[in-house]
Amino acid sequence: MQAATFNPTQTSLVPRLLIGLAVALTLLIVVAPLVYIFARAFGEGWRVYAENLLNPATLHAVWLTTITALIVVPVNIAFGISAAWVVARFRFPGRSLLVTAIEIPFSISPIIAGICYLLLYGRQGLLGPWLADNDLQVMFALPGIVLVTMFVTAPFVAREVLPLMQAQGSDQEQAAVTLGASGWQVFRRVTLPNIKWALLYGAVLCTARAVGEFGGVSVVSGNIRGQTNTLPLHVELLFNDLNATGAFAAASVLTLLALVALVAKTVLEARKAR
Amino acid sequence: MKHGLIKATFLAVGLGAAAPAAAQDSLLNVSYDIARELFEALNPAFVATWKAESGRDVTIDQSHGGSSRQARAILEGLAADVVTFNQETDIDVLAEGGLVDPAWRDALPNGASPYYSLPAFLVREGNPKNIQDWSDLAREDVAPVFPNPKTSGNARYTYLAAYAYGLEQNNGDEAKAQEFVKAILSSVPVFDTGGRAATQTFAEREIGDVLVTFEAETGQIAAEYADKGFVRVTPSLSLFAAFPVAVVTENAEKNGTAEVATAYLEWLYSPEAQEILAQHDYRVTDAEVAAKYAADFPEVRLVTVDEVFGGWDAVREEHLADGAILDQVFVNQ
Repeated sequence: MQAATFNPTQTSLVPRLLIGLAVALTLLIVVAPLVYIFARAFGEGWRVYAENLLNPATLHAVWLTTITALIVVPVNIAFGISAAWVVARFRFPGRSLLVTAIEIPFSISPIIAGICYLLLYGRQGLLGPWLADNDLQVMFALPGIVLVTMFVTAPFVAREVLPLMQAQGSDQEQAAVTLGASGWQVFRRVTLPNIKWALLYGAVLCTARAVGEFGGVSVVSGNIRGQTNTLPLHVELLFNDLNATGAFAAASVLTLLALVALVAKTVLEARKAR
Repeated sequence: MKHGLIKATFLAVGLGAAAPAAAQDSLLNVSYDIARELFEALNPAFVATWKAESGRDVTIDQSHGGSSRQARAILEGLAADVVTFNQETDIDVLAEGGLVDPAWRDALPNGASPYYSLPAFLVREGNPKNIQDWSDLAREDVAPVFPNPKTSGNARYTYLAAYAYGLEQNNGDEAKAQEFVKAILSSVPVFDTGGRAATQTFAEREIGDVLVTFEAETGQIAAEYADKGFVRVTPSLSLFAAFPVAVVTENAEKNGTAEVATAYLEWLYSPEAQEILAQHDYRVTDAEVAAKYAADFPEVRLVTVDEVFGGWDAVREEHLADGAILDQVFVNQ
C-alpha cells in the first residue's frame, strides 16, 4: 500500500520498474482482451451488433441466465445467512465439518459438480428411474441448470457473512432478546443491519459467478438452442459455429454484466470497510 | 419457446402431472456439431410440409455438439426425439442402451443415411503442388493437414480412406498399404485434436499444402475463406461416410412424437430436402436431385467400411485398438 503513495519520479528505479510492469501486465492480460471483445462485437457496425443480440436464441440465452440468477441468488442468500448464523452462534459437534462442507464447491472443479449431478439425477443415475416414472425432467432442463449453479455458488454469501458474525459476537442479539424482542425482530433490527454490507457483497459475487458459470452447466444443459443454452454456453456455441461477431456480441453482454457486478462490488467493498 | 422451460419448472416443482398434449407438435433433434446451418435451412421447409400434410404445427428444437458426447447426454436423459449424427457407432451406443431400435439401419433407406459424404481435399490457390489423389499426399514435398486420428472421428475416416486406397494400389497387400499410410501420416506437420482446429491450422496459420476433411466441409471452408482461393479436389477413390439418422423410440413414444419424428426423418429423403442437402455440399441419394447437382460432385469410386474392413467392429479391433495398426503406423510427433 505504501508504495502506491510514493511519487515515482523521486524514487529509485526498482519501484518504477515494478509499477510499470504491473500496469503493462494489467493492460495486456485484463484490459486488452476486454477492449477486444467490444471491438470485435461492434466490428461490423451497430446494425450487425443489434441483429446478433436480437437473435431469438441469444435473447433466450440472456433470459435463461437471468432467470437462473434470480432463482439462485435469493436461495444462496437464505442458505448463506442461516449457515453462517448456525456456525457463528452455536457450538455443536461437526461444526468445523460443516464449515469445511460449505467450502467444498470452492475447491471442486465445476465440471465434477456437473457430472455428479448427472450421475445422481440422470436417466441412468440413482434417482433417474424414479424421476422418469414421475415424468420429472431435472437434467437437461432449467432445474438441472439451477441445481448445478446453486452448488457452484453455495459458499459465496456464507463465506462473506461468517467472519463478520463471528467477530461481532452475539452480545447485541442477547441484549435485544432480554429487552423482549422476538426472533424475527432480532434478525431484522439487529443481525441484518450488522451484516448488511457483507451480505450484499457476497450476493454480488454470487450473482457474477451464477451468470458466468460454464463448466458445470455445460454438462447438464443438453445445449438445446433456445431452450437450455445459457449465455456462456451460447457464446461458445456461436464461436464454434464460426459466427465470431455473434459470439463477441453475446460475450459483450456477459462482460457488461460482469463490469456492473465489479462496480457494485467495489462500492460495497468501500462501504464494508467503513 | 419459453413454454418448455416453464413446463419443466412446473414439473420439477411437482405441482402437477404432465401438461396436456398441446395442439402443437414439438421435436427435439439432437445432432452433430457442424450441422447447425444445415438444419436451420431444412427445418422451416419441413415445418411447412408437415403443416400442409397433417394440418398441424410443429416446432423443431436443435441441440448440436460432438456426436459421442450427444449420445452420452441422451443416455442420461436428454429428451431427443430424433438423432441426426455423423457416426454410426454413436447410434449403436443408443441402441445398446435400449433407446433406439437395434435394427435402426433397416428402418430407412440407404442404411438410414439420407445423405453422405467422403474424405476429400482442399488445396491452396491454383493447386501449386498439383495434388490430385492420395498418392500425392505420400509425396515427400507435400505436407497434408488433418486432425489426430486417435481423437477425431473425421481423421479416422481420412486414415481409413487412405488405407483403402493403399490396399487397392497394391492388390490388397496389407504391408504395402501400411507403408503407404505411414508415409502420409509422417509428413503431417501438426496433429490437432479436432476438425475445427485443423481447419484453422490450414486456413489461418497457413500450415501445410492440403487439408483432408469431409467433402461437405471443404465446400463450406472454401466459401468461408473465399479470399484465399482454396481449390476443392476429389480423389479417385474414397470412403463412404454415412450421416445416419434414427428415431429415439423410447423418448418419442413417451412424448407422443413418434409419428412426426418418423415423418421428419422420411422427409429428409424427399426431393425438397435432398435439394437443400445438395446445396450444403452433401451427396444425396435421390437420383434426380443427384443428377441435377452432378456438376458440384466429381465422380469418385466409393468403398464402404463393410466392404474393405469388414465393419466398424473389425476396424476398432484391428486398427483403432491400443497397439493395433493405427498405433504402428502413426508416428506421433
